[in-house]
Amino acid sequence: MAADRRTSREIVEAGLARRRRKEKLFRATGMLATAVGVIFLGVFFATLVLQGSSAFVQTFIKLDVELSESVLAPEGELDLAYADFDGLVRSALRKEFPEVSGRNERRELYRLVSIGAGYQLRDLVRSDPALVGSTSTLWVPASSNVDMLVKGNIDPTIEESLRPVSDAQVAWVESLRKAGRLETRFNKALFTNGDSREPELAGIKGALMGSFYMLIVTVVLAFPIGVAAAIYLEEFAPRNRWSDLIEVNINNLAAVPSIVFGLLGLAVFINWMALPRSAPLVGGLVLSLLTLPVIIIASRAAIQSVPPSIREAALGLGASKMQVVFHHVLPLALPGMLTGTIIGMSRALGESAPLLMIGMVAFIVDVPGGFTDPATALPVQVYLWADSPERAFAERTSAAIIVLLGFLLIMNLAAVIIRRRMERKW
Amino acid sequence: MQNVTLILLLAAMAAAAFYMGRRRSLAVVGGPAHGSRLHSLPGYYGYFTLISCLLPALGVFLVWVLLEPKIIVALIVDSLPDAQRTTSAGELNLLVNNIRNLAAGDATSGEIDAVMRNAAVRYNEYVAASRKMLTALTLGIAGIGGAVALRRIRPEFRARNRVEQIVLYLLVAASSIAILTTIGIVLSVLFEALRFFSEVPLTEFLFGLNWSPQTAIRADQVGSSGSFGAVPLFAGTLLITAIAMVVAVPVGLMTAIYLAEYSSSRVRAIAKPLLEILAGIPTVVYGFFAALTVAPWVRMAGESMGLEVASESALAAGAVMGIMIIPLVSSLSDDAIHAVPTAMRDGALALGSTRSETMVRVILPAALPGIVGGILLAVSRAIGETMIVVMAAGLAANLTANPFEAVTTVTVQIVTLLVGDQEFDSAKTLAAFALGLMLFVVTLCLNVIGLSFVRKYREQYE
Repeated sequence: MAADRRTSREIVEAGLARRRRKEKLFRATGMLATAVGVIFLGVFFATLVLQGSSAFVQTFIKLDVELSESVLAPEGELDLAYADFDGLVRSALRKEFPEVSGRNERRELYRLVSIGAGYQLRDLVRSDPALVGSTSTLWVPASSNVDMLVKGNIDPTIEESLRPVSDAQVAWVESLRKAGRLETRFNKALFTNGDSREPELAGIKGALMGSFYMLIVTVVLAFPIGVAAAIYLEEFAPRNRWSDLIEVNINNLAAVPSIVFGLLGLAVFINWMALPRSAPLVGGLVLSLLTLPVIIIASRAAIQSVPPSIREAALGLGASKMQVVFHHVLPLALPGMLTGTIIGMSRALGESAPLLMIGMVAFIVDVPGGFTDPATALPVQVYLWADSPERAFAERTSAAIIVLLGFLLIMNLAAVIIRRRMERKW
Repeated sequence: MQNVTLILLLAAMAAAAFYMGRRRSLAVVGGPAHGSRLHSLPGYYGYFTLISCLLPALGVFLVWVLLEPKIIVALIVDSLPDAQRTTSAGELNLLVNNIRNLAAGDATSGEIDAVMRNAAVRYNEYVAASRKMLTALTLGIAGIGGAVALRRIRPEFRARNRVEQIVLYLLVAASSIAILTTIGIVLSVLFEALRFFSEVPLTEFLFGLNWSPQTAIRADQVGSSGSFGAVPLFAGTLLITAIAMVVAVPVGLMTAIYLAEYSSSRVRAIAKPLLEILAGIPTVVYGFFAALTVAPWVRMAGESMGLEVASESALAAGAVMGIMIIPLVSSLSDDAIHAVPTAMRDGALALGSTRSETMVRVILPAALPGIVGGILLAVSRAIGETMIVVMAAGLAANLTANPFEAVTTVTVQIVTLLVGDQEFDSAKTLAAFALGLMLFVVTLCLNVIGLSFVRKYREQYE
């Protein structure tokens, strides 16, 4: 039996290799897990940039349009609302390709340019009516299919019936390119237009303005109320059941699903108070309720970090409790409160589920000009475009996401800078 | 007068009130040289006048603006001929809308008769009269409030105490908004849900296996009776949540362990902010990624293995949701791991255990309540998540546990039932509120339990 009786040392050494293996495995698993998140982030941004960057440029076609008086003003009077600008675009195209004949072929030819070309002509004539009768050369946006073809998102080598552009259209695009009449330029429309059913005309300005008005309402309501609530809870509230209840309540509100806030907005603001649907005002009200807990929690932390000696010194010099708070604690806690508010605002900017509930998903072409105009928001625009089947909208969705993430990045950077620059360490 | 102009005017009056109050306080003691005879600093007399001028006027303004549309509509309806007044609520609503559009000069639907034209003219008259009255009333109240306050200024008047008392009330009001929000959520959701349960029995909603909320427009339509058995929705929500947790919990926990225990400080300084970016990406962006990038991958991968995969599979939505939740799990686990006293860790290491043994046998058991609390919060987040599932999961209420099939969730159905539908009496829209109530109750329970776990555990070691 003596041979079997190993010393502790032997037992430990026997198991050592196995335990070291386990240790290595554990460590590798941890590394892998960390990598998963980081790799996803990389893949995510790579696909986004790959898909979205091409939406910042757009294909334009150069046309010599004869603004003939006989078409624009057949009865001698120019009526901009009814004049046949599309007809002018078509005849310019026919002149470019005189060999095209037959109804169907011509129709295919007309599909090379966007219907926005007619609007562009109208705006041109509106700004300078003297142009009627002359020939102007202008760059008009190509249709989204041509745009996709030029950007290489449609493969012209696959079978004709499988792609949205015909062989004839591919040939025309090629000849336009050779003639120097086809160019890709910066896509200004993306930033100056509202939504549109035509991808090449759709822009995010309407959504940006909607988000802007909403954030204004949110910050005007949520910042003062949040700071005031934090001040009361930290500095004045007696420690009793009521303040405990408020505290638990705020922590829970921060974790309530955002869509429930949307239901609240729908029932209270729209049905009960009869505020307008789809309005940035209502969106801002809902978002301020949503961000309030974030701001309160951050502001309380900021107030807590102000050392008690400051309060005691002020009280000792005869200041009232209210003076201590507003003259000393609040200014010192303000950077932290601002940081929390900016974080809350960036959360509000990315929020879309509650906005769906209060009707901000409507298709709205006009850029909103006020707090009660029907509007949509940037993330909701992303949702709307992501639903569209056209390939060109997928590209624009990615572009809108890049813009949205850009704004979030700026806001978070601002928060970091404020924290670094202004926050004091005691 | 426009509301904005009125507000600006009020602000100007308030500023004037402040200066007048301040000046008067100095005047009653005979100039700045005798300022010490005042009970409070001169500025407090100014603030007191400002508050007396502004607060009542703003209150009246808000109440008026909120009630104005309702009162005008009631007046218009009252003046309509009996025949139109007694029609159904829906038709009356349409009529009022038409009158309102007519009054604003917008496009209207349906026929326009003399009665409506009259009503529109009257509507405009009422609006104009209301505006005038509102302007007169608010400015009048502001003026009177300011004047009364000015008259009360005496050297012995305790202006500071008064102002501080009012400010304290305002602070209390601000902090009670959080409570009001909760009450508002509960009441609004509960009220509509009760209306729903008066039409559809609670047992059918909770235990029914068939969900097809389409109610018929015509009585003889096929499938006219909508059925509201929500079990497929609960099952779908649970399936997607489970998939998300399978991704998020191990990855999040191992990430937290690695960053807390193994990684160099340089790796930590890079990896932590990167993971925080993951938490800051809007959910709609995750939804887009899940629907347009991950779902096709999952489909391709499944088909290459000979599996039938729906294009809106639960797997794609759940996996992306899991990735979204990784930062939440890892940061809460990180907190829990760091809260374990170093003495326990050092003790285990000193007895010769490896770092992984210390972690698995000592630190994790000690940190378990905190981690469980964090996981509960993550589950609540997954259940309530909307955009990812709206964009990447399906609409069909399949009762299945197969992650490759399309399922629908509670949040998806709330969105589909309420988007675009303005009618508020059908069981279909009310069903959304019943689902919302379920969602609120379940997530509230998870949050309360999770938060109390996290908090209690923190206190235990502090």
